[in-house]
Amino acid sequence: MLATAIIVFREVLEAALIVGIVMAATQGVSNRSLWVGGGIGGGALGAVVVAGFAETLAAAMAGIGQEVFNAAILFAAVAMLGWHNVWMRRHASELAGAANRLGAAVRAGTQPLWALGFAVGLAVLREGSEVVLFLYGIAAAGQDGAAAMALGGALGLVAGVAAGAAIYFGLVHIPMRHLFSVTGWLILLLAAGMASQGAAFLLQADLLPPLGQSLWDTSFLLSEQSLTGRVLHTLIGYTAQPAGIQLVFYLGTLLVIGGLMRLVGTPARAPRPNDAAAARRTQLQPGE
Amino acid sequence: MRALVLAVPVVLFASSAVADPGPVTITIKDHAFVPAEVKIPAGAKVELTIRNEQAVPAEFESASLHREKVVSPGSAISVYVGPLQRGRYEFFDDFHPATRGVVVVE
Repeated sequence: MLATAIIVFREVLEAALIVGIVMAATQGVSNRSLWVGGGIGGGALGAVVVAGFAETLAAAMAGIGQEVFNAAILFAAVAMLGWHNVWMRRHASELAGAANRLGAAVRAGTQPLWALGFAVGLAVLREGSEVVLFLYGIAAAGQDGAAAMALGGALGLVAGVAAGAAIYFGLVHIPMRHLFSVTGWLILLLAAGMASQGAAFLLQADLLPPLGQSLWDTSFLLSEQSLTGRVLHTLIGYTAQPAGIQLVFYLGTLLVIGGLMRLVGTPARAPRPNDAAAARRTQLQPGE
Repeated sequence: MRALVLAVPVVLFASSAVADPGPVTITIKDHAFVPAEVKIPAGAKVELTIRNEQAVPAEFESASLHREKVVSPGSAISVYVGPLQRGRYEFFDDFHPATRGVVVVE
């Protein structure tokens, strides 16, 4: 039962951390629960379907179906998170300048919610399908009592959700004027880590060259299998032995999303926008 | 980034050095890899076939090999590894982490 709980916890943890960060990033937005809840529900439903077709998926595309599917999900999530960040940065000056900050956040925040909802759905889908597979497997084999399995699964789920709640409540303690800048950074690193994972799947499928099997090895300092290692793997893309291509995708994602954020908006921490920035802002507004 | 640049010639050199030694099959049975230790030559690209003869699904995973693939009960998957430098590359079943094995490159 404990073994079941630990494995379910590990898989739930990654999705829960992402949900926690997304909830913090949408603090004060009116219908966020609908989008985030929809993402979780849709992702869970998708996870059951994906788990049901696991064998078909593995055999698809001459044996690389699983890799291509995982990579596609990860890159789609990267795009959603990146889009959210760019959108937020474009409206950052509006948010900071508004007299009623919460009101402005609600107005400005409603638009990018579908992107975050999708990102949550994709994360839940990917991690959830492994949970479903694993639980279905032990249920079918009957090696664990059904009650013990259900209890273990529930324990793992609760512990994972608690970790997500912990990061959320930690983040929302940050004052509102800094919160979106902090969640922006977290989402940027989350996206870079996902891109690196996606690259690893394409490398496994032999669709990308490794560019160096292991650039370095920090597994003696922090194993990816440890709890801290797993949390950091999700949050900042920590990899103990990264392949060269993973670093390329990691840095590439930081540069592309970070570059776009710089391009579309004024720096979030500049309280007095200069004339050029103000002019650019005026140009941006009519198109919305 | 310098490590990356340095690593490229090594990989290019390694890939042309050794001929394909043929596929290697590893079976997962009663929560154990059989064989639990697989020897492959350095610099070769080798196809590993992982066959799951259990009633429960397994996930073949390795941090050092950068491999992570679900193996449904009663089915088999293939992954290519290498070209690799000499050393020990551990792998395990992520759904049952006590189930471990190692690829020895020599």
